[in-house]
Amino acid sequence: MTQRAIALVDCNNFYVSCERVFQPGLEGKPVVVLSNNDGCVVSRSPEVKDLGMKMAVPWYQMKDMAQRHGIIALSSNYSLYADLSNRVMSLLAQFSPSQEVYSIDESFLDLTGIAVDHAQYAQRMRETIRRCLGIPVCVGIAPSKTLAKLANHVAKKNAPFGGVCDFNALTEKELDGLFATIDVGEVWGVGRRTTDKLNEMKIQSVLDLKRTPAKYLRVKFSVVLERIVAELNGVACLELDDVAPAKQQIICSRSFGTLTSRLPDLEQAVIAYATRAAEKLRQQHSLAGGIQVSIRTNPHKERDSQYQQAMLMPLPEPTADTRLLCHAALHGLRQIYRAGYAYQKASVTLTEIIPASAKPQTLFDDVETQQKSHALMQTLDRINRSMGSGTIKLLGEGMDTSWAMRRGNMSKRYTTEWAELAVCHADP
Amino acid sequence: MTSLSPNLSSPARRAAHSALLSLTHPNKSMFERQRALLRKAVPAGFPSPADDYVERRLSLDEHLIQHKESTFFMRVAGHSMRGLGIFDGDLLVVDRSVPATHGCVVVAVVDGEFTVKQLLYTAQGKVLRAAHPDYPEMAVKPEQEFSVWGVVQWNVHRV
Repeated sequence: MTQRAIALVDCNNFYVSCERVFQPGLEGKPVVVLSNNDGCVVSRSPEVKDLGMKMAVPWYQMKDMAQRHGIIALSSNYSLYADLSNRVMSLLAQFSPSQEVYSIDESFLDLTGIAVDHAQYAQRMRETIRRCLGIPVCVGIAPSKTLAKLANHVAKKNAPFGGVCDFNALTEKELDGLFATIDVGEVWGVGRRTTDKLNEMKIQSVLDLKRTPAKYLRVKFSVVLERIVAELNGVACLELDDVAPAKQQIICSRSFGTLTSRLPDLEQAVIAYATRAAEKLRQQHSLAGGIQVSIRTNPHKERDSQYQQAMLMPLPEPTADTRLLCHAALHGLRQIYRAGYAYQKASVTLTEIIPASAKPQTLFDDVETQQKSHALMQTLDRINRSMGSGTIKLLGEGMDTSWAMRRGNMSKRYTTEWAELAVCHADP
Repeated sequence: MTSLSPNLSSPARRAAHSALLSLTHPNKSMFERQRALLRKAVPAGFPSPADDYVERRLSLDEHLIQHKESTFFMRVAGHSMRGLGIFDGDLLVVDRSVPATHGCVVVAVVDGEFTVKQLLYTAQGKVLRAAHPDYPEMAVKPEQEFSVWGVVQWNVHRV
């Protein structure tokens, strides 16, 4: 039987790499990308990693260090990252008949039975993505998904591998030598708490875990860890999920730039989120049967009085009409809103999502109104696509969006907005 | 958390449901909605003689974009390329995947900035040439940060 070969392709510091594609001046400079509201560091260029700045640290704690080293901080530009991610994934799809897009910057590919040198094949993937998109990636190859993740880690951390590490090409002895140097916490699926517990049991390295008998672990841990150990021993327990199922839920939620206790602010935010959620819903040609609204205060401000509440509004019939969804969301919001709290976050979730083609016809369907609604929404989407998102919106969303996210230093949406294309100089 | 499950026919849910009905169909009585059934378009008349000839309409995307993953649009600022028909404000269709051969128009990165020029390979090395009498040729110096970002495939010019 041919050896199972699963590749994990992972983009290096993806958000920073995306920014560098359209701002080549950032190449070689220390750059970080911050999370929503410019809160935490979510992506670091290698220069920043070398300075010892950790992931997910609050940005305000880092300002001194940033100033000392001239670190450039950018707000997250998800429109750009999503577009480049789609391009990466579709380029990778050409390399295998079986692909699982695991996250915005990672993809599994099944290379089993592809009769070429897998390491060379992976180098071709790297070269293709670098040339076509300018984004650096690393590839790990192994007989199981857990090992492929680990191989990718090895490829990333060890320059001599040249960005590709194929565990299948190494001997058992070489592998064990490598595993002895890697912390058990690096294993996919082994979290912080499990790591602590394992360390107490004198299981420190990946090799220690690999050699721990399954029945010994079963007593103290769940079956999940047992499966991880099997995967570390080259027994594939996790299959590739080829088909991404259509989303069963669509969530739009965000923290506000500043806390607010005013109902009108919350109404604006909820309309904005419901509008965005409805757009996503129409993009995947679906309808929602219900919409849930929730609001909450900032749980980290322990001295403030706390409140959180949610309400699910069932819809009379499945719909993708922004107006109906907003109406229902507002109805819910007004029921759960209580004055006197400083709200930090609102979210809108669409539930009971069905394909538009599967909508049951009822005796009371008002066909004319449905057709009008469909046509109106199509027109709305078309205008917002061609003239920039938010060109046409419900008045309730408001013109003054002072509650909105803080995104102090966001780059242009180079690939999704006509008005924000990269500029190419034609002068000396 | 208050959560009204859609599968329950609790009084609360029914109340919410009817509240929504009145919200979403503010002026329509049940009678009017039933009548709407009769207003459905009924197909009639002669079939179009052109039906058998319906083909897919032409798409500019298809014509201008050879590799959709590696193709990007950029905006031109400046006049130095007008000799090759590229004007200020034009829209460039740039493909990163095709090789930059002698004489092609490229988007290059020079000292961290995008510039559009004609790329020439000469005995003295790479040369970036503008298409305007006022702008001199520029030889790429070894100490300069230079790379070809993509090859310009088309220029879209508003007439």
